[in-house]
Amino acid sequence: MSKPSKMVPTSGLGRFNQIKPLTNVLFSLLFILLALLTVLPVIFVFIISISSEASIAANGYSFFPSELSMGAYEYLWNSKDYIGRSFLNSIGITIVGTILGLILTSTLGYALSRPNYRLKGLYTTMLIIPMLFSGGLVATYMINTQVYHLKNTYLSMILPGACSTFYVVVMRTFFQTTIPDSIIESGKIDGARQFRIFTQLVLPISLPVIATIGLFLTFNYWNAWYSAMLYLDSNHRELYPLQYVLISIEKNISFMARNEEFFREDSMQNLPSETMRMAIVMVVVIPIACSYPFFQRYFVGGLTIGAVKG
Amino acid sequence: MKKKELKANAGEITIKKKRKRFTVDDLDLTLLSLPTVAWFVAFCYVPLFGIIFAFKNYKVKAGKGFIYSLFVHSKWVGFKNFDFLFRSPDVANIFRNTLAYNIVFLLIGVTVPVALAIMITQLHSRKLAKVCQTAVFLPHFLSWIVVSYFVFAFLSTDKGLINSLIRTLGGEQVLWYQDKQPWPFLLTFINTWKTFGYSMVVYMATITGIDQSLYESAVIDGATKWQQTKGITLPLLRPIISIMFIMNVGHIFSTDFGLFFQVTRDSNSLIDVTQTLDVYVYKALMQNNNYNYSSAVSLLQSVFGCILLLVANKVVKRIDPESGLF
Repeated sequence: MSKPSKMVPTSGLGRFNQIKPLTNVLFSLLFILLALLTVLPVIFVFIISISSEASIAANGYSFFPSELSMGAYEYLWNSKDYIGRSFLNSIGITIVGTILGLILTSTLGYALSRPNYRLKGLYTTMLIIPMLFSGGLVATYMINTQVYHLKNTYLSMILPGACSTFYVVVMRTFFQTTIPDSIIESGKIDGARQFRIFTQLVLPISLPVIATIGLFLTFNYWNAWYSAMLYLDSNHRELYPLQYVLISIEKNISFMARNEEFFREDSMQNLPSETMRMAIVMVVVIPIACSYPFFQRYFVGGLTIGAVKG
Repeated sequence: MKKKELKANAGEITIKKKRKRFTVDDLDLTLLSLPTVAWFVAFCYVPLFGIIFAFKNYKVKAGKGFIYSLFVHSKWVGFKNFDFLFRSPDVANIFRNTLAYNIVFLLIGVTVPVALAIMITQLHSRKLAKVCQTAVFLPHFLSWIVVSYFVFAFLSTDKGLINSLIRTLGGEQVLWYQDKQPWPFLLTFINTWKTFGYSMVVYMATITGIDQSLYESAVIDGATKWQQTKGITLPLLRPIISIMFIMNVGHIFSTDFGLFFQVTRDSNSLIDVTQTLDVYVYKALMQNNNYNYSSAVSLLQSVFGCILLLVANKVVKRIDPESGLF
């Protein structure tokens, strides 16, 4: 967890130990510059998305468009069957994936946190090997498509990312260090089996780690595009998540640019305009940008646990 | 997963083997974790068998299933798939790109965030530090797709901001997605832009956790800020730096597909400086349906990565026994 209260020492001696005022000004300027550098592209794309098409045609992308317009967002609102559908796909995949991921990671994490569990050594090895070695893209792709038949399914975007060694280790570390043994013992004395102890005693007091892993999973699923790119093909538009809509628009445009015979007025009209593409980007980014400042302390907590304990 | 812990586990198991009892608890915990174990088997271990693609000439037998096609119908070719790889002229270039980018990213990825983390914890205004930290953390939460659109907004030939500026200043516009000269710098910049905030926050969390009394006694001894940084902060950061370093060394043969494929818009003119192993593997599989070469490269990537991870871990532990990953 970040502890901002410690960032500037509060004791008298600490105050004496601060950097010189001039250095402080220079450092502050540097960090203001870096902050602007990271935030400006988002603002820029937002401004493009609310510029009018005419102003973009005249001046290109600009921080100061000559005319504003909400046309792109209106169009998105009206093309619910495609954009709206993929928005719902993204939300659905994120929710289902996060819940599934939490179930998978917390159960194994809990089992591994029990000091006397018989299969602990075996499972630890099982977790380490995938960190060192993987089958690679072709093997994974062929198994997922030919054996599990995941091509063109929602599951192809949910299952492969639902669990990982890192998440399980974070869960295990939390259960090991934070849940007092006495709670589990008291459950046993009352005659509860492990399943009840886990769901009714352990989970309710494990909200911090559930929040941490839940957020990791949520952001990962919301941002995922690689599995959609691997497992979805172009006649299954109804499955597209938003991120993949952005990719497929690009693909169509470069396809048409390369093949001039397709490059006709009517086919161009079917493609979302410049502002509309940027508006879709904003639909993806705004939920993230509005929520992460409130959640970042959970991320930092998870990162430090995960990084320290491997 | 430190070695001590593993040894402790092993000890427990032998004790329990003497007991030879699978208790109700063990049974319950096994049932509880069964779905996750099934997941690991299905998505981490079954694909390992796919490695044999690299040693076969995969041919689909019509009317028969995938397993039959792969195991029975396709011929074993030994190391022929690898043979071809090393004779193809692209491959040297692909390996060079992968390694060169990763080494540069690794050096920047350690020095810049550590320096910035130390600096930001020195700011007088706690509020400013918090706001800036939050801002630079943002790119970590964005996908490469979104980033590729950001980049496009600046680099687009006819509408991009940079070309607009160049034109206003009377210069000649640059065809950014066709001119490969600036891309090594652009990719390094974009990668740093996206990742430094995350690493900085990790280091910051460690720095803010350092016992303040250490600094106080240093001040009493008359240590300057620079001496404190060198003598207290950096040594205490060493374990976490080592872990981040080992993990990155282990990934030195894999690159961010999103950065090298999406951000460059898969532009053919840039291929000399943007084609890395992951891009090659993806293209060989999805665009050329070349399962054999693609899986051969994948396998090399996995093997080298695994060896490097183990070596890096050994080296770091030799220098500093406390800092290993496992």
